[in-house]
Amino acid sequence: MKNIIGFIRQNFTFFSFLILQIVSLVMLSSYSKSHETFFGNWNNSVAGRVNSYYNEWAYFFDLKATNAKLVAENVALRNELAQNFVPYDTSVKSGTLILRKDSLEKIRKFFYYPAKVVGNSFTLQKNYITIERGALQGVKKDMAAISPDGSIVGIVVEVNDNYSKIMSLLHRNSKVSAMLKRDRIAGSIEWDGKSTEILSLKNISKSASPKIGDTVLTSPYSSSFPAQLMIGRVTSIIKDPSSNFLTLNIKSATNFYNLEFVYLVENKRMDAQTDIEQKGDNNE
Amino acid sequence: MNNILKNSIRFVLFLLIQIIILNEIPPVHQFVTPYLYFIFILWLPFGTSRIVTTILGFAIGYCLDMFTNTPGLHAAAATLIGYLRPTILNILLAQEASEELSKEPSIGTMGWGPFAFYIFSLTFIHHFYLVLLEWLQFGNFSYFIGKVFFTSLMSILLILLVELLLNRRKLKR
Repeated sequence: MKNIIGFIRQNFTFFSFLILQIVSLVMLSSYSKSHETFFGNWNNSVAGRVNSYYNEWAYFFDLKATNAKLVAENVALRNELAQNFVPYDTSVKSGTLILRKDSLEKIRKFFYYPAKVVGNSFTLQKNYITIERGALQGVKKDMAAISPDGSIVGIVVEVNDNYSKIMSLLHRNSKVSAMLKRDRIAGSIEWDGKSTEILSLKNISKSASPKIGDTVLTSPYSSSFPAQLMIGRVTSIIKDPSSNFLTLNIKSATNFYNLEFVYLVENKRMDAQTDIEQKGDNNE
Repeated sequence: MNNILKNSIRFVLFLLIQIIILNEIPPVHQFVTPYLYFIFILWLPFGTSRIVTTILGFAIGYCLDMFTNTPGLHAAAATLIGYLRPTILNILLAQEASEELSKEPSIGTMGWGPFAFYIFSLTFIHHFYLVLLEWLQFGNFSYFIGKVFFTSLMSILLILLVELLLNRRKLKR
């Protein structure tokens, strides 16, 4: 026993080095679980505060570009005003039995919230975006984030009171259901970590006939994203003879470098959808 | 200036430079990520004990990790170079430098050759370990080798640039 203590005392520096290494490696490997519960909130709010100070400066220098974007978005919204559409013709009696009485009443599935971006990384293999909007302002986990021009950005993975973290599309673990606009065949969008402008669309059936320049949209299968949002365009097609699927390289429509605002999309029926998707099969 | 005060300022300064400037630059290529924050450990005075450099390495690495959302990644790499730093300094300097314990490693105090070796080896070890950890999670071998090489090159360029800009030789007196 005496020897052991003597040994540890002699090599105290080495042992403290070992302990620090082990602490780091454990943190790294158990990131998703322990980080969220233990370090998550504290780190998020300290780093979030520093980031929002910095962002106040960066925001000022980008005001012109942000303005231009807002104007463009306003025009797009104005085009969708109700006065631009002709209302239902309810005077026709023929179909009254199957028509709903109030043709204006609709069920709202998606709800939009604006959020300001205060932190954004794109140089790493796991990139996240921090936004200044948290649980107190209605953010929930798994909400989708889209950019002002309507292309997708990522999914909310962590939320605390006033800040939340979005897993950007530029993350090695990100996976979003997508489809080709041409023949509506679905696959999944992932990122291979190489270029920040190129995403890859995997698991596209070989029966699809994609062409270079084809548009890729979000598919109706995603529980977070509304369908038919822009993702990007096909730049090249990789045919792998050993598999039944194609992999397509996609030029991302989102500009991740200058995100100032994102819109968070809440699916009001997400719980119902994921619930039934995860229900076990009782017929086995 | 007091050594502790000076180094605390450097700690914050290099951390901010890394977070605010270098992490915000759109990447030139997937292999090139500019890293400069660990120059803080390279610049600690000769007399700093091994345990202090190790702990400081962990501290600056962990602080950076909070901002990049990669808990442990940079901490592990910076701890390693903090631990190896005295070993490499001992090889390069022998015993003669013992009376200059409060001075810092620089071109002026070490000479071009030893200083370059010191920078090159620690930068390489740092990136080797950092990218190795990244590679173990995902990636292929060419990614690993390419990224270690080009990122080290980028960091060495940045460090030389900082050395030339600040011209710390004046501090030798």
